[in-house]
Amino acid sequence: MSLTDQDVEKIAHLARIQLEPEERARYLQELNGILDLVAQMNRVDTEGVPPMAHPLHMVQRLRPDLVTESDRREAFQAIAPLTEAGLYLVPKVIE
Amino acid sequence: MHEKSIAELSAGLRKGAFSSLELTQHFLQRIETLDPRLNSFITRASETALAAAKQADQRIRQGTATALTGIPIAHKDIFCTQGLRTSCGSRMLDNFIAPYDATVVARLKEAGAVILGKTNMDEFAMGSSNETSWYGPVKNPWDETRVPGGSSGGSAAAVAARLCAGATGTDTGGSIRQPAALCGITGLKPTYGRVSRWGMVAFASSLDQAGPMTKTAEDAALLLQVMAGFDPKDSTCADEPVPDYTAFLHQDLRGLRMGLPVEYFQEGLDAGVAASLEQAIAVFRSLGVEIQDISLPNSPLAVPTYYVVAPAECSSNLARFDGVRYGHRCQDPKDLEDLYKRSRAEGFGPEVKRRIMIGTYVLSAGYYDAYYLKAQKLRQRISEDFQRAFEQVDLILGPTAPSTAFPLGEKISDPVAMYLNDIYTIATNLAGLPGISLPIAPVCGLPVGLQLIGNHFQEARLLNAAHQLQRHTDWHQAVPPGFA
Repeated sequence: MSLTDQDVEKIAHLARIQLEPEERARYLQELNGILDLVAQMNRVDTEGVPPMAHPLHMVQRLRPDLVTESDRREAFQAIAPLTEAGLYLVPKVIE
Repeated sequence: MHEKSIAELSAGLRKGAFSSLELTQHFLQRIETLDPRLNSFITRASETALAAAKQADQRIRQGTATALTGIPIAHKDIFCTQGLRTSCGSRMLDNFIAPYDATVVARLKEAGAVILGKTNMDEFAMGSSNETSWYGPVKNPWDETRVPGGSSGGSAAAVAARLCAGATGTDTGGSIRQPAALCGITGLKPTYGRVSRWGMVAFASSLDQAGPMTKTAEDAALLLQVMAGFDPKDSTCADEPVPDYTAFLHQDLRGLRMGLPVEYFQEGLDAGVAASLEQAIAVFRSLGVEIQDISLPNSPLAVPTYYVVAPAECSSNLARFDGVRYGHRCQDPKDLEDLYKRSRAEGFGPEVKRRIMIGTYVLSAGYYDAYYLKAQKLRQRISEDFQRAFEQVDLILGPTAPSTAFPLGEKISDPVAMYLNDIYTIATNLAGLPGISLPIAPVCGLPVGLQLIGNHFQEARLLNAAHQLQRHTDWHQAVPPGFA
């Protein structure tokens, strides 16, 4: 099954990546090439094989619910594109 | 001084043959004069390196030095370094100065290692040639018209050209081992979870692992000793004791069993590389290693499986780059969606976009079972192949890469051809196993890598076998002619 131009447009939207119309043809061809490679997976029957959850079969560790980090808002916001009064600024979302 | 191993430099520093300041100045001078030919560094840290070297000299005088105190190293630009730019080879993070050190960086700093700078890499570690970097490709010091491999191409080229005593790298599908092979150095990918991933920019979180890139296996042991170990900040970091890697190096190899996977020596492997491997296998035999054929029947499925798992996890990890809290933001966004879409379109290069889109597609509604679930089942089968093999042998021996370094530009326009460079390295990441690449006899003046794979947490055994090979051969001592 191959992707279509509309599929690429939809995927790019889901991934929140702006694609110019002239770029789409190249991505369509390349993504289909990668999916052809991936389709080799279907040569093997995996009926009944348990999917691997972790290469070492480890379980997620738990820790006590305690405050361990100090407030470093200024350091974090110093590298932000746009902040004001301790807030990250983005274009207006709610009219 | 630059031709010496870390072990030799460490001894020289303790004896007072030279100071860390002299050593650091020497490497900085080499970077200054030689790196314009290679482009292996993205950011140099001359001032902080000199200050750290002075501190190291003080520690050496006071007698509180470790084996790494005063040793000038470089970090792949994927490790966060407080106050020093961490670009990850991407325009997205061109302006990113991390507010903290990665655990790997913090541990090496604490041991007294001096940071010379940050090395070039494929963008977000996605590539096998270092050509996807926003900062331009790295050249292979053995032939400047060829690639150094990737994604840790800058670290590999810098170590090979003797611009640093050692370097860090990361390996998601071969990104330490393949460039180590193409540049003629030693590169170790540890067991998944052996080294903390905290502060290492995430690509595919179930596969990513950091490791050392050095001239010798002994040096790799010295770096791994400090890098490895439990870190509560990384929930996937293994809480396993770290053995004394250097103590194990000298063990005799007699009776060690090595397996050659028949699938790794078939069509697709360059004849010259195969002949080099034969020579190295003969050396192992002469050291008492028992060699036998084994089979990893699901090997051909490793690359297709990886190109579902890695892009899926990449699309999820890279969703954080949204132009809001840090990184690149587009000019004059007209609304929030435009801000996301244009910031990401401008910030990411084509290979990263391809992988994000593949990952987005395979995880999108209705496709999960056909792709991600199928891939995780195949991952299980690939892993079972290895476990069966390790019932018969202690280590697995094969090529690291199918050929020697290829010319710049040869594969960059064909993603699938590029992906096949990692055909022998990818399966170990899928199974979470450790692997090491060692330089063996060159072909037409270009380095060749031999790969050893061990069972989980068998780094000491890998380093032992690697060190014994290097004690009895001199392939690892070859220096690129223009960088002697």
